[in-house]
Amino acid sequence: MADLFAPVRGFFARSNDDRIKIIGMAVLVAFVSASAVSLTAVMLKPYQEANRAAERQARLDAMLDTLPGMRDLMLESGVDTLETRMVNLDDGSFTAPAGGGEFDLDAALQDPDASIALTPETDIAGIKRRADLSPVYLLQKDGELMLIVLPVYGAGYQSTLRAALALEADLATIAALAIVEQGDTPGFGARIEEPEWLAQWPGKRIADESGAIGIEVVRGGASTPYEVDGISGATKTSDGIGNMLKFWLGENGFGPFLERLAREGL
Amino acid sequence: MSLRQHMISPLIGNNPITLQILGICSALAVTTTLSTALTMSVALTVVLVLSGGVISLLRHHIPPSIRLIIQITIVASIVIVIDQLLQAFMFDMSKRLSIFVGLIVTNCLVLGRAEAFAMRNPVAPSVLDGLGNGLGYSLILIGVGTVREFFGTGALMGVQLVTTVADGGWFQPLGLMQLAPSAFFILGLVVWLVRVWRPEQREYPEFRLGSGEDGRR
Repeated sequence: MADLFAPVRGFFARSNDDRIKIIGMAVLVAFVSASAVSLTAVMLKPYQEANRAAERQARLDAMLDTLPGMRDLMLESGVDTLETRMVNLDDGSFTAPAGGGEFDLDAALQDPDASIALTPETDIAGIKRRADLSPVYLLQKDGELMLIVLPVYGAGYQSTLRAALALEADLATIAALAIVEQGDTPGFGARIEEPEWLAQWPGKRIADESGAIGIEVVRGGASTPYEVDGISGATKTSDGIGNMLKFWLGENGFGPFLERLAREGL
Repeated sequence: MSLRQHMISPLIGNNPITLQILGICSALAVTTTLSTALTMSVALTVVLVLSGGVISLLRHHIPPSIRLIIQITIVASIVIVIDQLLQAFMFDMSKRLSIFVGLIVTNCLVLGRAEAFAMRNPVAPSVLDGLGNGLGYSLILIGVGTVREFFGTGALMGVQLVTTVADGGWFQPLGLMQLAPSAFFILGLVVWLVRVWRPEQREYPEFRLGSGEDGRR
């Protein structure tokens, strides 16, 4: 046994000014630290994911509470939460997720058969790949669509912004926007979470008369029903929200689905 | 110094915040409520104890030329592990502490104690020194957090103690207490009080400005 550890002891016996010792110590410390950090990150991931999922659900519920009359409507229809449906983003039809299990966005994005790569021109939201399927949440009463919530995400300033966009039954008026997850600078970009800012969204229109996507986050003085004031000092985050909505409402996002819904109904 | 002294002296006599004036930034940021102050105190104390222990254990084998990098690597790893633990098991708290747990890495207190103490002392005193400094930091944070939460909102640990005017009571919350400058005022008052009580902590200017008259003469 003693022989086995002899090189180790030899290494530690070297002078601290010795080059091998310096490089060796750097590598050793880096390796042990990296292992410790990776190990905790991997082991704790399920717990953190569960926390984040619960948080997203809570924010979705909180958004429903801000919509006037929505809770009463749900009570009337006898449901306590929104109905989740899977949508095929390419042709806009409802579908069941492959395999029938829970839809896993991360897995779909890794799978070339379940997602498409976006070209730089079409990737205005900065998300690189888009899954073929997406969940949508809707509320219906006697077969009539009352509210539809689209989960959207895109690049912010230094984090991925995830939001839920609720559209009214006409599919052109925004009922509410809720930020479900973001990690931008506290005090600047993170202010997109503030109720005062989010209160600007209800009532805005997503498209103009010609049908072109018109919703936009502007700097100072939003004057039309298609414009929302950005946050000063957080241009990138504000633009991120605008681009995200433009992408997800466009032809590569929920565009085909919304079109089909307007034409054929549920 | 006896082992016990290592732990007791940073509480008041050599307090990291009031005497060494280290770690002020986080002391301002996380003291709006008592619960965030408490969590931050525990997190920082754990980091100080662990980093003190590990660095002291390795002190004979840390080459002087790269010692700061090695210390920072060790401290950063411990901090990330704690941040991950918070995100997994205390999610709400980690959201409220936001970036400040991560910023423990850059808290001068941690590197300061590693460099000034743990590099030169055996493990036991280093751990106790870390614990003492952590508790000294905690003492101030908890005090400031208590004052700010109570006078700012009328609550402690989120439990409403006095009814505010808005809810029909008599207590008018002092909004300033919830803003960062109030932490400066409270810290300033604490430093003043401690130095009245312990005159040996007072710092005198090394040079004094002479008056114009002195110069001409």
